[in-house]
Amino acid sequence: MSKFKEKDVLLKIRDLRIDGFSDETWVPIIKGVDLTLHRGEVMGLIGESGAGKSTIGAAAMGYARDGTRISSGSIEFDGMELSTATEGERRALRGSRIAYVAQSAAASFNPAHKLIDQHTEAPVHYRIKKRMESQEDAMTLYERLRLPNPSEIGFRYPHQVSGGQLQRAMTAMAMSCRPDLIIFDEPTTALDVTTQIEVLAAIRDIVDQFQTAAIYITHDLAVVAQMADTIKVLLKGEEVEEQTTEKMLDDPQEDYTKSLWAVRSFQRPQKKRPSDGSPPLISVKNIDAAYTGGVKVLDDVSFDIYPGMTVAVVGESGSGKSTTARVITGLLPPSAGEIQFKGQTLPKFYKDRNRDQLRQAQMIYQMADTALNPKVKICDIIGRPAEFYSGLTGPALKQRVDELLDLIELEPAKYYNRYPPELSGGQKQRIGIARALAAEPEFIICDEVTSALDQLVAEGILKLLDRLQQDLGLAYMFITHDLATVRSIADEVVVMQNGKVVEQGPKDEMFQPPHHPYTDLLLSSVPEMDPNWLTTLLEERGVDNIGEAATS
Amino acid sequence: MGDLLGLVLKRLGLGLVTLLVVSILIFFAVELLPGDTAQQILGQGATEETVRALREQLGLDRPMVVRYLDWLSGAIFFDFGVSAISGDPVTASIGPRFANTLFLACYAAVIAVPIAIFLGVLVALFRNTVFDRVANVLTLTSISSPEFFLGYILILYLAVKTSLFPAISSLSEGMTFGELLHRTFLPALTLVLVVTAHMMRMTRAAIINLLSSPYIEMARLKGMPPFKVIVRHALPNAWAPIINVVALNLAYLITGVVLVEVVFVYPGVGQLLVDAVSKRDFPVVQACCLIFAATFILLNLAADVGTILTNPRLRHPK
Repeated sequence: MSKFKEKDVLLKIRDLRIDGFSDETWVPIIKGVDLTLHRGEVMGLIGESGAGKSTIGAAAMGYARDGTRISSGSIEFDGMELSTATEGERRALRGSRIAYVAQSAAASFNPAHKLIDQHTEAPVHYRIKKRMESQEDAMTLYERLRLPNPSEIGFRYPHQVSGGQLQRAMTAMAMSCRPDLIIFDEPTTALDVTTQIEVLAAIRDIVDQFQTAAIYITHDLAVVAQMADTIKVLLKGEEVEEQTTEKMLDDPQEDYTKSLWAVRSFQRPQKKRPSDGSPPLISVKNIDAAYTGGVKVLDDVSFDIYPGMTVAVVGESGSGKSTTARVITGLLPPSAGEIQFKGQTLPKFYKDRNRDQLRQAQMIYQMADTALNPKVKICDIIGRPAEFYSGLTGPALKQRVDELLDLIELEPAKYYNRYPPELSGGQKQRIGIARALAAEPEFIICDEVTSALDQLVAEGILKLLDRLQQDLGLAYMFITHDLATVRSIADEVVVMQNGKVVEQGPKDEMFQPPHHPYTDLLLSSVPEMDPNWLTTLLEERGVDNIGEAATS
Repeated sequence: MGDLLGLVLKRLGLGLVTLLVVSILIFFAVELLPGDTAQQILGQGATEETVRALREQLGLDRPMVVRYLDWLSGAIFFDFGVSAISGDPVTASIGPRFANTLFLACYAAVIAVPIAIFLGVLVALFRNTVFDRVANVLTLTSISSPEFFLGYILILYLAVKTSLFPAISSLSEGMTFGELLHRTFLPALTLVLVVTAHMMRMTRAAIINLLSSPYIEMARLKGMPPFKVIVRHALPNAWAPIINVVALNLAYLITGVVLVEVVFVYPGVGQLLVDAVSKRDFPVVQACCLIFAATFILLNLAADVGTILTNPRLRHPK
């Protein structure tokens, strides 16, 4: 069907079925998937979480994750049937002929060993290379992947190396035995956009140079468009469709695929600041802050948030976005500057604030999983702040909880007595929203509320937040690193870098040049659906001027 | 590494403060015990005058705080006064006894710690197999039986029925090291059986706790065989809890061996302490308690330092 010849088939999966263990029984999670991969071909696997992408990736290595089992189907790698091979035979392929690059390199490198010792482990184990030989090879690979100090960086421990560099080091490690196939499991999901680029460029280079076949797993369409020759879309353990990348982008056949493409189209009209000279709802004035004994993490941060508006605060991790939120809520008292609410200065420390002042700064968190106590019923999670701030009890409290559940579009009768672990990710995030609303605030801080969610679910949350804003006149401070989210819901944008505000203004101005160089870098680093985006960008910037090199 | 030295010194300082607090507690708690040393020495028939005279002679009539400071200033130089019963210096009577206890503890530790960790690794490797369950049941049985009972069982089978080892571990002058090891084998084995289970189970738990980490999956996906995954990838990250439980058990070996010493008539410090308490020989009781407290503090300090040394984040700062 394409540039790949039929005889060069490397991996052939037929009618693969995998079960997962949940609630004491085995339930099917992969329901008959076929996959054919040729030598040198890069296939993108996309889908929401729970679609079974990673499970298929692991199955391609003949590996069943803990709590899963391959129940039937055939996995043929280079003529060898993995489903009937012994565990020892399968293990002998891993690391040597099929390698794996994990989502979070920071978590997947063993903290107790130096990078290079982990790099040489597989080649030495398989007696492919001697230790010293493999070390030298590692340095060559580090250089090719444009890691700084290639001859020295391998002798560091994982915690001494930044996230983007670790991800490249892990790609180098996957290459250590020159495998025929590499499984990339969301390798850039945990990275900032500016760091993501260099990793994408490095992966694409190395896959090209060594003619390695790859399965690239991601939920980000724009990323997969840069990397893959063919794209396979999965939904709940079943294939939706498979096409070459160009065809998939231009002319998706299935409704589900079209809906994935359409997600990015939600946009609400931008609001302007009130012109009557009324004071801002929240005013952050010249804030400096530092964690105990540490260096300054916020340096002269100032911005205003007006009633009923959404201010998006964007920047890379470590730029001080969440710290600003902590200062506003009073969790971290600033060392200089002040926070004003409707022109009144708020006490620096939350313990010195009264109930009415506390009520005004509510938060919704990124990880609804960890932000909700799993052992507390929904009615109590939402009921407690309602009781605390509004003094409601008995039937009035129950009625208020029902109202709040209605507001977040969850049926009160059904969810009132349930526990968080029984809910899906999106539903949990809705409970988080209801908990913030229970305090009846005028202002809510949303800290990366959609980044842990799938695009369709995230879209639902954004629409809900938008509706609540219109109905209740809420103001949002929206912390995010995702510029697509900013485009869809923000009125104003604040760009932060290294604890400073580098640029701020209304959204329409922020997305038009001229920009501050950093804003420009941030904006141009967001992957676009155009398959040639990365190539063009690299040509424009030059290979030595991407990612960390460009930000420093 | 300079940071590390500073950290150790800081911990050591804190340890000394703890020891000071403990010394206050010990001194005054012992004072609160019913009974009077002078009365005890002189017996029931003593007249009030003689008791008073002896109290003056022993300095017991001075205020408690003065006596505490006096005792403390001596204790700093390992001078714990003289025994109220025998009149010998306390240090001289405790010293050799404590050395014996330390020897027995080391003997048991040298056997128990490697075995416990090795078994822990093995049961983690063969988790949920018959081997795992059998090892668990056996070590749990040994930990749940009272130690004097274990001691008697060992005596019955290894001393009485087979005469492999002596039933009584009394020490005499001029024994060779080999004889010493042979003679103290049974009490050491009893202690090994008592402490192994705890350490082994902690090793197993600490390793299994890590097996769902991404870097363990990574090691498996690099084709590493299960034994390598556990020894090379899990164990180095599991040291912290293991070291702590080992330290606690070592402290137990020194401070909790009274029953074993009694069963095997071993001249250790535990027996001395029991004797001293029953005879109201307060200087000896206080000295023993202080030594036990110092042992606990030192071993916990060692565990803290060990934990730091095995953590690459602390060993190799950015």
